[in-house]
Amino acid sequence: MNGRAAGVRGLALLAAGYRIPLQPGRLLQRVALIAILLMALPTAHAQTGLGASGESLLSRYADVLLLRDYNTRVVVTGVSLLGAACGVVGTFTLLRKRALLADALSHAMLPGIGIAFLVMAGMGGSGKWLPGLLAGAASSGVVSVLVILGIVRSTRIREDAALGIVLSVFFGFGAAVLGVVQRSGSGSAAGLNAFIYGKTAAMLWSDAVLIGVTAVLVTAVCVAMFRDFQMLCFDSGYARTLGRPTALLDVLLMGLVVTVTVVGLQAVGLILVIALLVIPAAAARFWSERLPVIVTAAAAIGATSGFIGAAVSAVHPRLPAGALIVLVGGAMFGISMLLGPARGVLRAAVRHWGLARRVARQHLLRAVHELHEQGSAVPSTPRSAGGSGGAPLAALRRLRSWGAGQPGRALHAAQREGLLELQREPRGVLVRLTPAGRAAAERIVRNHRLWELYLISHADIAPSHVDRDADMVEHVLDPGMIAELEARLTAEGAAPPAESGALPPSPHPLPATGGPR
Amino acid sequence: MIGLIPADFAWRSGDTWTVVVGALAAAACALPGNFLVLRRLSLMGDAISHAVLPGLAAAFLISGSLGGVEMLIGAAVVGVLTAALTQWLHSVARVEESAALGVVFSVLFALGLVLIRQADSIDLDPDCVLYGQIETAVLRTTEIGGWQVPEAALTLMGVLMVNVLVIALLFKELRLAAFDPALAAALGFRPLLLHYALMTLVAMTTVAAFESVGSILVIAMLIVPAAAARLLTDRLLPMLLLSGLIAVIGAAGGHLLAIVAPGWFGYPGVSTSTAGMICVAVGLQFGLALLIAPRHGLIVRSLRRANLRARILREDILGVLYRVEESGREISAAVLRSLVRAAVGSGPLATRLALAGLKRRGMVRGAEGRIRLTEPGSVAARSVVRAHRLWEVYLSERLGLRPDHVHGTAERLEHLAAPGIREVLAGDVGEPARDPHGTEIPRGE
Repeated sequence: MNGRAAGVRGLALLAAGYRIPLQPGRLLQRVALIAILLMALPTAHAQTGLGASGESLLSRYADVLLLRDYNTRVVVTGVSLLGAACGVVGTFTLLRKRALLADALSHAMLPGIGIAFLVMAGMGGSGKWLPGLLAGAASSGVVSVLVILGIVRSTRIREDAALGIVLSVFFGFGAAVLGVVQRSGSGSAAGLNAFIYGKTAAMLWSDAVLIGVTAVLVTAVCVAMFRDFQMLCFDSGYARTLGRPTALLDVLLMGLVVTVTVVGLQAVGLILVIALLVIPAAAARFWSERLPVIVTAAAAIGATSGFIGAAVSAVHPRLPAGALIVLVGGAMFGISMLLGPARGVLRAAVRHWGLARRVARQHLLRAVHELHEQGSAVPSTPRSAGGSGGAPLAALRRLRSWGAGQPGRALHAAQREGLLELQREPRGVLVRLTPAGRAAAERIVRNHRLWELYLISHADIAPSHVDRDADMVEHVLDPGMIAELEARLTAEGAAPPAESGALPPSPHPLPATGGPR
Repeated sequence: MIGLIPADFAWRSGDTWTVVVGALAAAACALPGNFLVLRRLSLMGDAISHAVLPGLAAAFLISGSLGGVEMLIGAAVVGVLTAALTQWLHSVARVEESAALGVVFSVLFALGLVLIRQADSIDLDPDCVLYGQIETAVLRTTEIGGWQVPEAALTLMGVLMVNVLVIALLFKELRLAAFDPALAAALGFRPLLLHYALMTLVAMTTVAAFESVGSILVIAMLIVPAAAARLLTDRLLPMLLLSGLIAVIGAAGGHLLAIVAPGWFGYPGVSTSTAGMICVAVGLQFGLALLIAPRHGLIVRSLRRANLRARILREDILGVLYRVEESGREISAAVLRSLVRAAVGSGPLATRLALAGLKRRGMVRGAEGRIRLTEPGSVAARSVVRAHRLWEVYLSERLGLRPDHVHGTAERLEHLAAPGIREVLAGDVGEPARDPHGTEIPRGE
């Protein structure tokens, strides 16, 4: 497979995606592309790094990734389905702000497993009967949630401390019970450690089927209850007034969490199962603001983490599968955080940068215009040639307290856009507004002064103090607001009517430039 | 108590050292834990104790041994990084705070597990990471003044001293930042600096205690004693001391439990994980504090609620009896009880008890078949009924409620017992003679 070409194509599509309004289809496409990219990485590594001996490793990767081996196929499918189900359920718990409740829940399953083992062994069984162990895990998990809710409701202990208390005390108790199991010699307890760290490589056909079927069922419940869960997560008070049984829905959601956690124990272990619930959901949050898209993306990310993690651990049995799944998920979280088109850091940086550029240009235009008004612009070309005066750059710098490097980039950008003309003269650089630039500058000056007037007349701020405040607001005033400001200030006689085209005078003296007059 | 302690129970010097090491670890953790609990950062302690794992594993891969100053410094760096990374995820990437914690610590813990698997050593396997190895830590000793002292005890002693010293020096600042971060910032105490100093302290303590109690169980040491102390007192210094005491008792009790508790459940002669049982022991103390704490305990609070309910019911009985006598009728105790139960919906036993309480207080006296208010009872009853009718006037005249809607609210307001409130109320509605239903309002005393 040509990983590099796919990567370039993926990046191009991603970049294009930044400007296109989001659609679920596009998003899925992107997630799938990232998945392909990630899968291409180990392949590329094997190709470049290992040479002749890498052939077997490469073919093993190929076997696993293409699901040629029957056993791997079963395990990888089961774990991927689990990842998808955890992504779906995790999205709702994350939005309900219960993300870490599942952490306490999963840690608290340890004593249940140990006690179930002891009880079953004591009754003469093997102690390792899976449904019994899972039932024990689920019941101690449910008890822990009840204890947490009880502590939070009835005492001054906050939720964070209650989670920590229950998590650590239950886990400590579990460690003690496991200690008894190990030292009492009541049968081999080696299998129990699989619940702590996961045991993907040694997973049986029946385990994988259990995981897969449960995952599909859980996902189906979430899809069926989608509207209710959505309302519960975003506005539980509203849901209550509509007569939805919010308490029951919360219980159902917790039940789904318990279910995926219990079956997830075997795949990733009880310490890391929280990662499957939190990471895909938190990563998907970067991709969209719409819930159906987030849920879909979380399912895709969870499934991909499970797929790659389980596949890699099938090739390298010494690496713990649970940890690998979590690390893959962490990598996808990092990628989503950087590139996510809705909340990604890069997207935010681009937006921020664009805003900063616009603000700098508007400041520059206003400064040039104010110099003109003050009459400190120097005629450069004869006015008959259509030139208005030019403003010396040095005076501009003094007016806005700019350093020597500023307004460098904004100046050139405005020049490129045809708003300004620069002219080198023996006295220094002259800046001149083009007709388009003049129109833009007048609009900005108008916004600035309208806001200043508004602050003076309606917010009782001294004229000497309004310049800075208006400086910050002038860039974000929308036309509707300008029109309203204009209408109100004109009616009061504070500003000239808009039709006259005249700019309101500055309500305060403009800063002295000290430049040549 | 016979049978609780097995016959072959024997306490060896190794057991004493185990308790000493456990107590030092628990106390060292409990002190900074107080500030985590107060500042609602408990889960940050959780995250840091998970996150130091890859740092430890990396240090182990490089140096080939556990312990040492390098490891403490490395852990401090990782701890601060964890706190900063979580903060960054929350503020810049806008991930919800608990989810940010979950992402950071689970990824770092997974990384640590992979690294440990690479190390492939007996000293550092996943089990010792989780549960610690207090029993073997005690065996690595060094000689001081003719005594064989476990190295772990020395390290933990040092960390405990550092914690005590730092908290003593920064007591005022930490206290202010814990209870009123905004004021601390306004006074120029640099809360951010304090925050990271605390995180450094937590990370160092976590690493030092990690060897004895394991990475998950450290969380119990950090949070549980502090939370239990929080229930027992409202003042910071007693809380710090109490949390230390709870931690030490937990260490001693935990080791004892580890030896004897399996015997109670039919596994005689089996001892279990001391670190796990220390968690159980501090957990039990937390449960005890939850029940019996003097001001915030469940028992005290339910008693207080029961007292309040009983007083209200007694006042209701007085009110009912007053109205009966007002209409000139005479009733038996049984009829009175059924009237009260119909009026306020109280249970049969509670009503009987409240009536008995009134008799004991000399408020009512009852001959067979006929029950009457005594002189003091009549005074108290008049005051309750007067309050009820004044409230009805107030609700209908001042708040504009319909006269047939005021009874239920007045029924609850009449029990307000703040001193002087009834006089102020009477003055405010102008000493009316009749309530909105036209009934006469009894005069005050």
